[in-house]
Amino acid sequence: MLHPVPHEIEEARPAVELRGLTCGYDGVPALSDVNLTIAAGDFVGLVGPSGAGKTTLLRAILGAVEVYRGQAYVEGRPVSGGRARAGYVPQLETIDWTFPVTVEQVVLMGRAADGWLPWSPRAARERAQAIMERLGIAHLARRHIRALSGGQQQRAFLGRALVSNPRLLLLDEPTAGVDIKTRDDILHLLDELNHEGVTVIMTTHELNAVAAHLPWVVCVNQEIIAEGPPSDVYKPAILKRTYGADMAVFEYEGMTLVAETPHRLGRAAGPHKARGRNGGQA
Amino acid sequence: MFEPLQYEFFQRGLIAATMVGGLCGLIGVYVVLRKMSYIGHGLSHAIFGGAVVSYVLSINFYLGASAWGFLTALLINATTRRRKFIAADAAIGIITTASFALGVALISRYRTFTRSFDAALFGNILGVTQNDLYALYAVSAVVLVLVLALYRRLLFTTFDPEVAPFYGVRTEWIDTLFSLILAGTIVVSMQVMGVTLIAASLVIPPVTARLLTNSFSRLMALSVIIGALCGFVGMYASFYVDVSSGANIVLVAAAAFMLAMLYSAVSRRLATARGLAAPPLAPSPAAREHALFE
Repeated sequence: MLHPVPHEIEEARPAVELRGLTCGYDGVPALSDVNLTIAAGDFVGLVGPSGAGKTTLLRAILGAVEVYRGQAYVEGRPVSGGRARAGYVPQLETIDWTFPVTVEQVVLMGRAADGWLPWSPRAARERAQAIMERLGIAHLARRHIRALSGGQQQRAFLGRALVSNPRLLLLDEPTAGVDIKTRDDILHLLDELNHEGVTVIMTTHELNAVAAHLPWVVCVNQEIIAEGPPSDVYKPAILKRTYGADMAVFEYEGMTLVAETPHRLGRAAGPHKARGRNGGQA
Repeated sequence: MFEPLQYEFFQRGLIAATMVGGLCGLIGVYVVLRKMSYIGHGLSHAIFGGAVVSYVLSINFYLGASAWGFLTALLINATTRRRKFIAADAAIGIITTASFALGVALISRYRTFTRSFDAALFGNILGVTQNDLYALYAVSAVVLVLVLALYRRLLFTTFDPEVAPFYGVRTEWIDTLFSLILAGTIVVSMQVMGVTLIAASLVIPPVTARLLTNSFSRLMALSVIIGALCGFVGMYASFYVDVSSGANIVLVAAAAFMLAMLYSAVSRRLATARGLAAPPLAPSPAAREHALFE
């Protein structure tokens, strides 16, 4: 169980502000009229079905989308196309795992734009070493990225994001495709970082296993459907609008849990017709 | 043993073959990792068109051909970046063959050509002049300085061009400079290897080195060494076996590649037997789909 409340958040000093933001790719909006304020020190989960615009929302904070209306701000300053003021951890699925790089080389990429020598500055190397030790991957520094477990791979790319000491950390599906133990490890690690003052924003598909443990959840589907603590947001009406599917919500020992309406497929379906499509991804 | 070194033309050829081998080995790392292996083949054909145009317009070959190659590389980049549904290999196929065709068309139009373009097509390493060597030195020096200065940015841009900008890497500038580096490399290598064989010099050394290491920095060093060695050995041996030197260099490189394949297969077998994880190029357990955009 994570800390029930995030590190003291500073309401007066938002880390991220999206004001009336409509943005997308190739002239097609993926998000419309998004208003969202995330306080410094908060720990936020973005949930929603595939294609809902969760990644786009992260990219908007990084300044890597076409903006059609509105404006994004990070720490009060408008986001432009330049260097992002955030550490970003992409979905592991987008990584080319056959590429010949070691863990240390990946972590040091986080400081690739510092200096013009072929080797990283000493300070960057020391910082990278400290980060790898902190993340428990220092002994893997010279391993190829392919030769790691899912959790170690996630840590290597988290290390790349942390090597430049970001105050804002954006993660795209950091718990996708890892086992339960690793998922818990990653969440605890993010929670620790959060308690050191890093604002954390992550996307996730896992409503119960992940988002339910976070202090603040934002439901996204082309727009912001709702936001709040999981117990406030996990309501059938809100989930129906987010996922386009009926989901049962129940309380169990103080936790709010969501159950997807089971599909009945194949011969066992009988007269019961499967209702709608489950928007969530397996 | 040292007989060939008596001839000045052979000395020049040996220097040129070794340097071109190393230079192509260096740039080839990025070419192969960007999955643009075909660009060496395409760009050298395109530059052939540029060379003919320079000749017809009486422009210096190096200036004209380099500018032409640079513009072609930029055009390929622009086509693939703007229109995501045109893949890099298709863009290369269209732009470079059109440019090559232009060269052929010009040659056939002006039949009174005195200059032989055979050298450009198949390489004429023994015809390398002192001026060609100076051009090779200059380009090698500039390429080396740029690659060293941009080393970490080039690595990130090659590894993950989508994410690199978030970390302050100006990928569009890196891409432009890389196009320039590539065009320069191909222009100075053309005299030695010829349009038709240049692709091998760009592709074989890095792929061979890839079989031997998983580390990027080692890959770079190994690829340069393998390229230079193949150039030297291939050139030197061509004196004795009396085979076209460009072809001989490629054959030596191909042999080196097969040796590396053998080594890699054996060491992987041994590693598996000892239960060690991930030898170079460990097979991926599952094909991972690219899905950056939801």
